[in-house]
Amino acid sequence: MSLNVEHHEPRVLPSEKPIRLLDNAGHALRGRETGGFELPPVERLLDLYRRMVVARRFDVQVTALTKQGRLATYPSAYGQEACEIGVVSAITADDWLFPTYRDSIALLTRGLEPGEILQSFRGDWHNGWDQHEHRTAAMATPLATQALHAVGLAHAARLRSDPIVTLAYLGDGATSEGDAHEAFNFAAVWQTPTVFLVQNNQFAISTPIARQTHATTLADKAVGYGMPGYHVDGNDVAAMFAVATAAVDRARSGGGPTLIEGLTYRIESHTNSDDPTRYRAARDVEHWKRRDPIERLEKYLVSEGALTDDVRTAIAEAGEALAARTRDAMSVSPELDPLELFDHVYATPRTALAEQRAALEAELAAHSEHAREEVAAR
Amino acid sequence: MSTPVTEPATDAAASAPQPLTMAGALNAALRDAMAEDDRVVVYGEDVGPLGGVFRVTDGLQAAFGEDRVWDSPLAESGIVGTAVGMAMYGLRPVVEMQFDAFSYPAFEQIVSHVAKMRNRTKGRVSLPMVIRIPCAGAIGGVEHHSDSSEAYWAATPGLTVVMPSNPADAYSMLREAIDSDDPVVFMEPKSRYWSKAELALPVRTAPMNRAEVVREGTDVTLIGYGPTVRTALDAAAAAESEGLSIEVVDLRSLSPFDDETVGASLRKTSRAAVIHEAAQFGGYGAEVAARLTERNFFHLAAPILRITGYDIPYPSPKLEEHYLPTPDRVLEALASWEWDLA
Repeated sequence: MSLNVEHHEPRVLPSEKPIRLLDNAGHALRGRETGGFELPPVERLLDLYRRMVVARRFDVQVTALTKQGRLATYPSAYGQEACEIGVVSAITADDWLFPTYRDSIALLTRGLEPGEILQSFRGDWHNGWDQHEHRTAAMATPLATQALHAVGLAHAARLRSDPIVTLAYLGDGATSEGDAHEAFNFAAVWQTPTVFLVQNNQFAISTPIARQTHATTLADKAVGYGMPGYHVDGNDVAAMFAVATAAVDRARSGGGPTLIEGLTYRIESHTNSDDPTRYRAARDVEHWKRRDPIERLEKYLVSEGALTDDVRTAIAEAGEALAARTRDAMSVSPELDPLELFDHVYATPRTALAEQRAALEAELAAHSEHAREEVAAR
Repeated sequence: MSTPVTEPATDAAASAPQPLTMAGALNAALRDAMAEDDRVVVYGEDVGPLGGVFRVTDGLQAAFGEDRVWDSPLAESGIVGTAVGMAMYGLRPVVEMQFDAFSYPAFEQIVSHVAKMRNRTKGRVSLPMVIRIPCAGAIGGVEHHSDSSEAYWAATPGLTVVMPSNPADAYSMLREAIDSDDPVVFMEPKSRYWSKAELALPVRTAPMNRAEVVREGTDVTLIGYGPTVRTALDAAAAAESEGLSIEVVDLRSLSPFDDETVGASLRKTSRAAVIHEAAQFGGYGAEVAARLTERNFFHLAAPILRITGYDIPYPSPKLEEHYLPTPDRVLEALASWEWDLA
């Protein structure tokens, strides 16, 4: 493999009007607006619909549990289901996903269980799943840092001739970070099989996109790195899936990275500790609620006769079952062993750390002895 | 000096002793590690055809090809961040930061990801990588070329931080760092790159997490690491003529700290001073003095001294001689103790 690939994309800016395959009324579009992408087959769209509906049920359930105090925090992706589900559905089980903290619902598609996904938000441990088993990295909190991990892992796989693709999720705010720039540039220079999804939900906590960039679209940035960029309607799951599938195929066949911007909207607050009334108008939220990604696809599927009552019932039941599993998982508090805090810091044991572990162990023993005495005294 | 021992069985046949600089020893270590383990890849700024600005990677790309050794874009966070992904996939990246002060863009990746990955994944994901950082000053470098960043790394749980002071340790410790399942910040004192030793490769010295008594003495323990081991040895030699017997300990590892070896030396001499180039306030010497005092207070005849750079930004080349701790400054500092009370 040569690391000096001669590769030049046409220097064309992404269209300012987002690529769209279904309009808000659920009508299939033709012509320029589609960017030349084909509407995925109806069976695929039905599968995406099912995943989005189930994901939303999960998201709503977790937000409710968080308000009840079961979780320390939960960054909701309500309204972003088309981006979250559409793009992750374009990769295979062998590929790797590098998510952020807002991407819980994408992890459902990777086969993760609610208890695994939410372990860190509940405050049990920083990362709750086996990254290699699910080929899904830990959620990154420091913005854009995970994009570099995705590029590095993709490069390592390529050096080993493994035909896998890495998918990095970022938000609009993260594109201002230096690591986003470095990841885009490294990926393009090394021609790694990486797809970057920027979910432009128009807010970084409270800061609107206009204060984040002066570029016409975030996808414009791709051109400067010498990779293709696509500006897509992030509430059109058909478009998100079609564009992502093309990007994944391209990456897998040696064509290098792609930057996809999904234009969407964060319906919920940043997290439960946020107060969006301080920085945006309710009418704006209502405007975007009328562009709901699930309703849009639903209209199309109904018009195609694909959404029978049986299918609706089955999907609703799957959503309720997942919600119940989520409630169950969050209703039991696992026994946490404070001494485990010392167990995974280094592969090579350290004397000083063993001493600190022993000190905490003695402290815990003294506490429980004290508690026993108090009980005895009563 | 630590006593080099050769290990003929595990590595390639031992060569005849040859004069080798520290840069040459590091180069040989990379070469041998790469020959032995094809998971080892080397990349960073100018490490390919140029062989690195200090020539530590000289000839490696020609020997192993561009898939094993390559020039990356000029971005330190990108270098370390991509190394995280590579290590997750099973490679053992050895990346170069070119100079201490240029490693700071990688600070977030190192502190937030490299150091924490093993812990946050309950040991399921290790990041076996080596971050090589040419460190410290005394080379007449212009601004931003002579920082001492060791305290930042040593203060970060999850990192292993080592600094060799001589060619034999440079070879042995770099081999060990590459073999380690823990991420290692491998600091290379620039002013020692051209120091020479007769070495028969492959040389193996003490394990990299151990300090070493490199000169025995009875009156004072001087604690140095990297460039200041030479300073301590020179001070000890000068003091000998005045009847002062100085023991010198080369820390070698800053994290973990070898309490056992250093504590034993201190309990023998009952007096100690730690020497480093970095500024004093909040510097690594503060940790050394504090933990030695906590553990050995009743063996101490005098407060543990820190003989360090001043609390100022690293000076310009023509003024750095006034900043760096010298053997004279070390001996002056030792004279400040109330020796009669001993």
